[in-house]
Amino acid sequence: MKTLILTTAALALSAGAALAESHAQTVRLGTEGAYPPYNFLNDAGEVDGFEREVGDELCARAELTCEWVTNDWDSIIPNLVSGNYDTILAGMSITDERDEVIDFTQNYYPPAASAYAAPSEDVDLTGGVVSAQATTIQAGHVADSGAALLEFATPDEAVAAVRNGEADAIFADKDFLVPIVEASGGELVFVGDDVPLGGGLGVGLRESDGALRDTLDAAIQSMKDDGSLNELIVKWFGEDAQTFE
Amino acid sequence: MFASCADPETLSGLSWLTCYLTTGKHIAFYWAFGTVLLLLAVTAPVALLFGFGGAVAARSRLAPLSWLGKGYIAVVRGVPDIAFFLFFVIALDQGIEWLRHKAKCPDWDQPIRQGNDFIVCAEAKMPLSTSAQWVHEVYGFWLAVFTFALVFGAFAANVLYGAMRAVPRPQIETAEAYGMNRAQVFRRVIVPQMWVYALPGLSNLWMVLIKASPLLFLLGVEDIVYWARELGSTKTPQFTAYPHGDWRMWYFLFLLVFYLGFTRISEIVLDRVMLRLTHGQATLGSHKRTGPIGMNKAGPP
Repeated sequence: MKTLILTTAALALSAGAALAESHAQTVRLGTEGAYPPYNFLNDAGEVDGFEREVGDELCARAELTCEWVTNDWDSIIPNLVSGNYDTILAGMSITDERDEVIDFTQNYYPPAASAYAAPSEDVDLTGGVVSAQATTIQAGHVADSGAALLEFATPDEAVAAVRNGEADAIFADKDFLVPIVEASGGELVFVGDDVPLGGGLGVGLRESDGALRDTLDAAIQSMKDDGSLNELIVKWFGEDAQTFE
Repeated sequence: MFASCADPETLSGLSWLTCYLTTGKHIAFYWAFGTVLLLLAVTAPVALLFGFGGAVAARSRLAPLSWLGKGYIAVVRGVPDIAFFLFFVIALDQGIEWLRHKAKCPDWDQPIRQGNDFIVCAEAKMPLSTSAQWVHEVYGFWLAVFTFALVFGAFAANVLYGAMRAVPRPQIETAEAYGMNRAQVFRRVIVPQMWVYALPGLSNLWMVLIKASPLLFLLGVEDIVYWARELGSTKTPQFTAYPHGDWRMWYFLFLLVFYLGFTRISEIVLDRVMLRLTHGQATLGSHKRTGPIGMNKAGPP
């Protein structure tokens, strides 16, 4: 009964909120919040990072009211299609497999390199144990490479597995690994060549949300045209980062 | 939080720790303890209510009602908690939205399921996508409470069903001999006396409920497990003023101590309740009571 009363109260509240803000379209942006520099929670517990700035700018240009929501990587696509939020900005590479389930805008980050990091240079990348975050393109690549794949729910756990010797190396986006390798003081080094994977990062949307995709596509294009997207890329990923022409 | 925390790099030792432990993220972590306690405080009585309803229904002489009660007990007890949580919350959420959709948008002509997508009109969203994030969080919390209550209610129903049958037959016969009808016997004799038989089972359930609260994390509520994992993970200097290594072990150790302390306090309280309930009754549960002697002894000492 109590549940019922409070659900009713919640209902009444949300109805009131809806009346107050009925003009502006609200878009809920889903992200993981555990993948710096793309997205992470800062010390104040707010979503921060490259995608936070890109997302806020896209919303400003498209005149949308936006709200950030964090969700586990594992269930980030299921919760998008069931309508808990409207977009995914979570360092998600555009791939054919994902495109079958959801839609993507054009990329807001160019196709980037993935890299291996390990405690020493002489690890066996094709015959050893390699950790990666579950259901990422990197995990798919490791599975195809012949190495034993060790999957983790968060990228941080995949790094921790290398540190404690559970895995020989980690395979992840190079942009994610650079700050970690730098901060490790020589404990971790990059091994082997960089591997280009995926078609860049795009905003994930429900397939039925064509209008929102066109709006965001246009906003991304305008950010590419006036160079502001490149500025953000340089700000978060350094001078050497790949930018749009 | 404190003015001295403006530049954490200059701090060391205890002052660093003080600043570190009072970041916005840590405050959210502490609030999450409140969330868990609130969940337990609300779920326990609601589950008991569900359990009571289930037990009464299962005992009913009306066959359909009895099937309903027994079906509820059997189905929910038989499905693994995790499977139930993952299925039921999504199904409940979509069910509510579907009902609201039917009521609010009668002239919507597109299908609700388009491929993988579940689409209802904007007015039927629950909560509305225009509402603030905290409304979404409150809604998610109540979905979790309802799901927990439903699951633990089924177990409580089974416990109470058994407890009602454990009330000694002579008590009921005596009541009947005084001319009480079935409802009166139930209200005046069975319910007051069943608690002592139900308490061991219910206290067990309470312990399991405490231990099951990290399942909140599965339901997307940012509970203490979520924050412990997030706060404990390695932090590199570029993205935080308080870089540190992999501290998950310490955060989880803290959770371990919290849960252990909480269950211990529960045990002590439940023991007291047991003493109170067995007051004046000749049961094995009252053997260690220290109150007025003599009232509870059935035979010679």
